[in-house]
This record gives sequence, structure tokens and C-alpha cells, in this order.
Amino acid sequence: MDGAQFLQVLIIGLSQGCVYGLIALGFVLIYKATEVVNFAQGDLMMIGMFVAFTFLNVLGLPYWLGLVATCLSMALIGALLERALIRPMIGEPTFAVLMLTVGLGFILRAFAGGAWGTDPKAIDNPFSGEVLHFLGVSLGFENLAVMVGTVLLCLALGLYFRFTRIGVSMQAASQNQLAAVLVGISVNRVTSLAWALSAAIAGFAGVMLAPVSLIDPQVGFIGIKAFAAAIIGGLGSLPGALIAGIALGVIEQFAQIALPTSIATASPYLVMLIMLIVRPGGLFASIQRKKV
Amino acid sequence: MRFLFRTSHSKDMAIFQHSGQVFWYGLLALALFVAPFVLDPFYLGELAQVFIYAIAGVGLMLLVGYTGMVSLGHAAFLAIGAYAHARFMTYGMPFLPSMLCAALFTGFISMLIGLPVLRMTGVYLAIATLALAEIVEQVLTHWTSMTGGFRGMRVPDAEMFGLALDPPRPFFFVCLAALLASMFAVLNLLRSPTGRAFMAVRDSETSAVSMGISLLRTKTLAFTLSGVFTGLAGALFAHRIGHLAPDAFTLMTSIQLLLMVVVGGLGSMHGIIFGAIFIGLLPQGIALARDVVPQGVASWPGIEPAVFGAILIGFLIFEPDGIHGRWRKIRRYFEEFPLYRKDTFKRQQQYLSTERLR
Repeated sequence: MDGAQFLQVLIIGLSQGCVYGLIALGFVLIYKATEVVNFAQGDLMMIGMFVAFTFLNVLGLPYWLGLVATCLSMALIGALLERALIRPMIGEPTFAVLMLTVGLGFILRAFAGGAWGTDPKAIDNPFSGEVLHFLGVSLGFENLAVMVGTVLLCLALGLYFRFTRIGVSMQAASQNQLAAVLVGISVNRVTSLAWALSAAIAGFAGVMLAPVSLIDPQVGFIGIKAFAAAIIGGLGSLPGALIAGIALGVIEQFAQIALPTSIATASPYLVMLIMLIVRPGGLFASIQRKKV
Repeated sequence: MRFLFRTSHSKDMAIFQHSGQVFWYGLLALALFVAPFVLDPFYLGELAQVFIYAIAGVGLMLLVGYTGMVSLGHAAFLAIGAYAHARFMTYGMPFLPSMLCAALFTGFISMLIGLPVLRMTGVYLAIATLALAEIVEQVLTHWTSMTGGFRGMRVPDAEMFGLALDPPRPFFFVCLAALLASMFAVLNLLRSPTGRAFMAVRDSETSAVSMGISLLRTKTLAFTLSGVFTGLAGALFAHRIGHLAPDAFTLMTSIQLLLMVVVGGLGSMHGIIFGAIFIGLLPQGIALARDVVPQGVASWPGIEPAVFGAILIGFLIFEPDGIHGRWRKIRRYFEEFPLYRKDTFKRQQQYLSTERLR
């Protein structure tokens, strides 16, 4: 493999990794705010893609307006899901909530299949077909858009958790619900907001991903790999999720070239397992081991 | 209403707490022994399927319900048991030893897997087992010389003491015997110090360790035993489906197994049976419901998993104790009839607090 080819694979890996990172951000957000692991995040993104498809292709909105409309309607969907399903589960063990989101994923998939059909679809977008050439490497504009969008979003979320009042209260609510209530944080509102925000991110990720991959109800399964990224990054860490996502994308691309298909397909999980064994808390561990 | 006076330690430990239980379980056993001679072979097959689910449920309940460790990848152990059994039998091993070897082999594999994985807790463990299941699925698909890959492999016909086991009636009895044996083994285990240690670890790791329980040993043992029973179920499952292929052991299967123990009722042996009956009969129920609902809804792709999901969510929100918990409440209501207090089974809400620093 020569230099240019190497670089090309690296770039593809990077952009694929950014997709993982983008979905992983949604996981991390909900986890950071409510300590819930949302298994349906990939499926939320799938719904986001279909919503975007409806706005852009069926209703014919301009691209940027469609993007905003998708994020807003996804936020509404997220808040509604939280109100209907997650609110009654406050105070139940986290494992139960995890199972609930698994069930939610199945329902969302069936809903999308029934409402929009199972044949793959594509979204019109302003980037398609444009390619950037440099150093003998070609990079599609849609891939570039994914990378830029991911990094910007990650930065914005980082600032949000660090500096805004509601961001800090989200972290407080996830660390100790009772204490958060006692200092005057409305845990219910924080949870609603976290789900709305996370669903909006899923919508954004869906719009970004749509030009790169086709839209069908099964596309949400990519969420499992994004999930691996979130775990490797340490679940509670935004930069961790991004870095791990990118690393996974790159590793996966190189594995597909260098290793047999079976290992390449399983490589994200293998990396995650090794990571969990070597450093159970992930790259940027936010959990102290319980001392017993 | 019956009051139990436990006047000795052995009485407290007894498997059957009172004569009423002996009577009702005896009646159930009698019904099960008569069933094959009365029922249609189709229903016999379905019942055998329920027994197989229940054996896997015993394994999973031991892990999830009694030791408090969640596995999202138990289909992998089912698969390992099934493939190992089919392989052993192709090499010419007789049915019974092959089945036991497959179960032990699965246990051994799960121990190997468990040693590193069990350093994790809660969500991390669930995800690690999920990853393992994905990896096992890849191995099944690509290790063609051993597993037949996508095309799968045929399971040899079974016979024991010169008697063919594959027709519905003998197969029913084999499954029933295996289920009874595993339930008896686990019931005995649960009243031994080891079983008590499992429950102690489930309720509080800190207090378990402070009472001298070795966390690593207990958890690994629970994981291994869980593998053994799930592998046993896998071996029987291989005969039930007759032809093994990787798509019989997917994430959906793992979720189905977990759904079984959650819907049945975590932490109870009755729950396993309730859950297995539920899971075993649900596809039939959905097939029946398809005739009733409008054509447009019935032909939706993925409607079956969605029904599974909806039921799971319903149970988690409205009856976290599962079918067994509901049954206990109903029984209690009638036992105490005019005086039943609604709050008898009220659960204490636990507020979330973590060790996270950032």
C-alpha cells in the first residue's frame, strides 16, 4: 500500500468514525444527564433520517430549513418518548430502563417500516457529487460535512455541559437525583430536556449520515457500533466518545483491508472487549471503581 | 389461609414448604406425564419448545435473577451448546454423553469468557456480553469447516438405548427430564451456601464481600453454571430445529431469552416457567392475531419484534415483578380477601446516585 492509498483509507476511516462519534454523542448526552443507557439511539437516528426524508423530498423544503425542522421535530419526539416511557421508570434500576429502550428500538423499527416502507431511500442534498482533491486523495463533500458537523457539535455540547446552568444541573441530576432535587433542580425537566436534546442530535446525525448511507429501517443497527465507541470513550465523556468513534472507524477500515472479513466485521466489538478488559472504565474513565 | 410455622432449620430449607405444594406439583407432574398420550403431536412439539426455553431460562435466571448480572448475549451460549452437541454427535458420540459434554463445554467456554468480562458491572457487562454474542455469530458464519457457515449443518438423529428420540413423544420426555433435572439442581444449589452467596452478591456486593464471599469466585461460578444450563438447552434446541444455521442465534434470540426472565418475574423459579410458556406461545398468539387485525397492520415488516418490545415495555412499567409477581398479588388478595392492603407489595423507590466524578 503506498502513501496516497494509505491516506485515502485513513480519510474514509475518519469520516466513518465521525458518524460513529456523532451517534455516540447522543448516547453520552443521555447517559451524562440521566445515567440511562439508551439502546434505541441508533433507531432514533433512523427515525430522524425518515423525518428528514419527509421534509426534504416529500414536502420539498430547502436543505437547511429541512435540517432545522428535522432537529426540532426530533426534539419533540424525544420529549414525548421521555414523557410516556422514561418518566414512569424514574427510580427503577438502570437495567430495567436499558431493557425498555431495547424494546423501544424494536417498536421504532416496525413503525418506520410501516410508515415509510422498507425499500432504501436517499435524500437530496447540496453536497452530493462534489469532491475535494488534494495530495492524491479524493474526499467527498458529504464526508467532509459529517466531519465538520461532528466536531462542531461536540464542541458545542462540551461548552454546554461546562458553562450553562442547565448543563451543570443535568450532571448533578445524574450523579445524585435526591441531592439534585434538594438543591432545587427539577429532575423531571432535566430528563425531558436531555431526551429532547439527544433526539435532536440523532436527527442531526441522521441528516448528516443520509448522503453517505441509504435510509431504511435497519440502518439503526449502526448504533451498536456507535455504542461500542461510547463505551470505549468511557460513556460519560464527550471527547472520549468522539475520539473512540474516530479510532473505531479507522481501525475498521484498515481491518477490512488487512484482515479476513470475519475479524474485520467483528473488529469494533473486539476492540471494545479488549478495552473493557484492559481499562474497564474506558479511555476517559469518569467512574471510580467501587472500593469494597 | 395457611400459616407456615417453621420449627426447624430443615423445614425452612425444604423444597416443598407444605403438603399443598406437594399435591399441586404432583398433579402437574401427572398431567405432564399423561399429556403425550392425549395431545396432538404439534402441541407436543410446542410444549417441548417451552421446556427448552425454560432450561435456558434456568441458566439466565441464575445469572440475572439470582446473581444480578445482566447478559444481552445468551444466544451465544445457546449456539455454542447446539453446535458443540451437533459436532460431538457427528463424531459418533452417543446422544446422552454428547449432550452432557456440550453443556460442560459451553460452561467451560463461558468460564473462559467470564474471567475477564466479570470485572465489569451493570451496563458494561451487558454490553460486553452483547459484543461477545456478535463475535460468536461471526465465528459461526465464517468458521466453515467446523460450523458449515451460512449453509449451516444438519443435526444427526438421536437415539438412546436403541430408541429413536426424534419423534415428538420421546423428545418431549427427554426435554421434560432435562428441565426437571436442571430445576432440581438449581433449587438445591440456591439453598446451599453457594446459592446464598449468589443472592448476597446480587443484593449488595459490598456487604457480600464484607461477609467473606469472594466476588470473583462467586460471579465466575454463576456465569459458568449459567453457561452449562444454556448449553444444555442449546443441545436440545439443536434437535428441535434439526438444522443449525447462524441466523437461529441472533441478538433477537438473546433479547427473547431476557424477555422471558423479565416477563416471568426476576428472582423466582416459577417466573422461568411462566416466562417460557409466554415466549413459547407468543408467536402462535401473534399468528392468531394476524387474522383479526386489518391486513395493512398485519403485513408490516418487523411487527412481531415490535409486539415483543411493546409487551416488554408494558411489563417493565406496570408490573416489574413479572407474571409471577402479579400471580402472588392476586393470590394474596384472595387469601386476605376483605382486608387486603394495596400497599403490601409497594416497592421502595431508589434514587439514583453514582460514583461518577465528572
